[in-house]
Amino acid sequence: MTGNGYLQLGLYLVVLLACAWPLGRYMARIYHGDIPVFVRWLRPLERGIYRLAGVSGDDAMPWTRYTLAVLLFNLLGFLAVFALQRLQDVLPLNPDGMAATTADLAFNTAVSFATNTNWQAYGGESTMSYLTQMLGLGVQNFLSAATGMAVLIALARGFVQREAAALGNFWVDLVRSTLYILLPLSIVLSVVLVSQGVVQTFNQHASVQLVEKLEFDQPKLGDDGQPLKDAQGRPVTETMTSAEQRIAVGPAASQIAIKQLGSNGGGFFNINSSHPFENPTPLSNFLELLAILLIPAALCITFGCYDGDRRQGVAILAAMTVIFVAMLALCVGSEQSGNPLFERLGLDTKASELQAGGNMEGKETRFGVVNSALWATATTAASNGSVNAMHDSFTPLGGLVPMWLMQLGEVVFGGVGSGLYGMIIFALVAVFVAGLMIGRTPEYLGKKIEAFEVKMAAVAILVPPLVVLLGTAIAVMADAGRAGTANPGAHGFSEILYALSSAGNNNGSAFGGLSANTPFYNTLLGFAMLFARYWLIVPVLAIAGSLAAKKSIPPGAGTLPTHTPLFVMLLIGTVIVVGALTFLPALALGPIVEHLQMIGAQ
Amino acid sequence: MLKELKPAVAIFGLLTLLTGAAYPALITGIAQGVFPDQANGSLIVKDGKALGSRLIGQAFSNAGHFWGRPSATAPMPFNAAASGGSNQGPLNPALEESVKGRIAALKASDPSQTAAIPVDLVTASGSGLDPHISVAAALWQAPRIARERQLPESRVRDLIASQTEDRQLGVLGEPRVNVLELNLSLDALAGIR
Repeated sequence: MTGNGYLQLGLYLVVLLACAWPLGRYMARIYHGDIPVFVRWLRPLERGIYRLAGVSGDDAMPWTRYTLAVLLFNLLGFLAVFALQRLQDVLPLNPDGMAATTADLAFNTAVSFATNTNWQAYGGESTMSYLTQMLGLGVQNFLSAATGMAVLIALARGFVQREAAALGNFWVDLVRSTLYILLPLSIVLSVVLVSQGVVQTFNQHASVQLVEKLEFDQPKLGDDGQPLKDAQGRPVTETMTSAEQRIAVGPAASQIAIKQLGSNGGGFFNINSSHPFENPTPLSNFLELLAILLIPAALCITFGCYDGDRRQGVAILAAMTVIFVAMLALCVGSEQSGNPLFERLGLDTKASELQAGGNMEGKETRFGVVNSALWATATTAASNGSVNAMHDSFTPLGGLVPMWLMQLGEVVFGGVGSGLYGMIIFALVAVFVAGLMIGRTPEYLGKKIEAFEVKMAAVAILVPPLVVLLGTAIAVMADAGRAGTANPGAHGFSEILYALSSAGNNNGSAFGGLSANTPFYNTLLGFAMLFARYWLIVPVLAIAGSLAAKKSIPPGAGTLPTHTPLFVMLLIGTVIVVGALTFLPALALGPIVEHLQMIGAQ
Repeated sequence: MLKELKPAVAIFGLLTLLTGAAYPALITGIAQGVFPDQANGSLIVKDGKALGSRLIGQAFSNAGHFWGRPSATAPMPFNAAASGGSNQGPLNPALEESVKGRIAALKASDPSQTAAIPVDLVTASGSGLDPHISVAAALWQAPRIARERQLPESRVRDLIASQTEDRQLGVLGEPRVNVLELNLSLDALAGIR
């Protein structure tokens, strides 16, 4: 790696942490209802929404009602996205004439966007109309993110409330997250992205004249629209000549801004943020990367401010950052040292001022190795899932990093809201384990952690691995599951494990070779996403309700302080041990054995 | 349950209008007003004809043009209506076969060039639309272009240097050359197509 590589990575971390601090404090004020002057002009809009919806801001909900509101609201989002896809051929704003999607794809995509996963079983520019993208997918980008933030704030209230029955009002938390946080940031980011070359238009595709006419082979279709096969069963092709390039465009910038900020990750185009119209320049890449981790990092500060002890938020942020940097180093190192095959073939793979070198298969020239590996680490640390390089073509260990970051439960930054509430669950387990070791009743932020909380935490921690491992087992045993893999050997297994890790932790990134748009995978991954999202949200809100009802106890001599480096290490240890014990056997069958094969190959 | 239904429907409807209609409309308005060129695809227009997009690569295979990154889109390379990568894993025999084929084609295009080929010139890009190659990949092709175009090699190297995009703000990304723009300027220089 060149000196510039270290500089780019360092710059990213510094800017991220520097922006997280003020944004975190701003968000804490918003959730307290102390709206800062410069956004106070939005208050009439906020009040108008409440009035039209018949919501009263001081109508605090007990955890059961809060949960019901979350689930009901998410159900509406699911139904809307499903209906838009099924009806897009007869609805307006479809200039390129997209057909209605199949029922299984519509189910998968609707679940995917309602659960903040944004798994793409479809190719945006070849499947979805502009209306579906804007009114379906784009809206869920905002609302699924706002849902995660609301649940986090409800949990934060559980720690501050004393002997209270209620957790606040879901509708208020939801509207404020959207109106004061997600929307202003998205407006600023999308305008900057357009200036870099991200498209934003309602026109149909553009056509340009090619400089060199292009000859290519294309599968010949029969009268029934199916590819023709010859006597040996090989597809019949015909040679075509094209003098024109058809370039898909659309209202992309507005969607990409929120896709990154809301840890959504579903691309406007099939190939997501490696598409030059989604991510045209190194600057757009830097800003989109920043947007991936910005809100998840800032929410740690928000949590500390909200609960009146900033050191608690800083401690959690520190634990996340340490894991992130370690994983980043492994990913960048593996990709830069590259694939030994390329050296055997006599290629020049050395990084210099003239080329990025390393493993460039599946990577874009403008991003090179460093920015591709940084993105892969950030997008899976957060539950974003967008990609600017093809993870399927990463080296085995370079691909292990994003896979394992997802398997850790999406708690290293994680999704907006969901990452931090996941991490707080791990913190509860950490204080519980520490309590067992020193023989004291565990406490966190002045609340006793008792049997009910630990049971709920166990559910929240165990359900995603269960979904991932059982789902992988089902897929590798079923013919339909094995048929989807694109690569032979251990890598094919990695593709399946990656897909389930992604859906089972609501990330959405993919080893793109897997043919996932089949009834089998659309259904399996759809249910994996549902389990992973709501089997976390319900236990988290139950913990919040139970904590809110408790007395707050002042710290005593036997209290384990939870803002010290010791606790940071304990928290990191808990996350890593759970993640390693659960997934090492599966990883050994995929990327680890593949790595050994790679370095052993002659 | 019913008590929450009304706010759920109303808030869903209102926020859908705000984030799914008003917001993209506002951004489109700003984009078309302030950055119309970028918002419509950064097209290169000459004499009223669109010759390509600065951000989207095209396939080049003539010996007299610089070649770009291999593209894995189907059915033709650089299909800007259906982006895609190869998704070949590092040990996939198909990857080795593809890379060997590309090396052979490059060597056949210029048997006298014996320097090692830069890796980006024989590996498929992520999007299949990558408009750039590394500076090293452009320089590797310079002797061939000079011969085919009957230009001094120093002239070709100057052209590459003038078309090289440096790291943005001096720090971000990688130095690179836009293949379509490089070839268009090469065509303009030679006065031929």
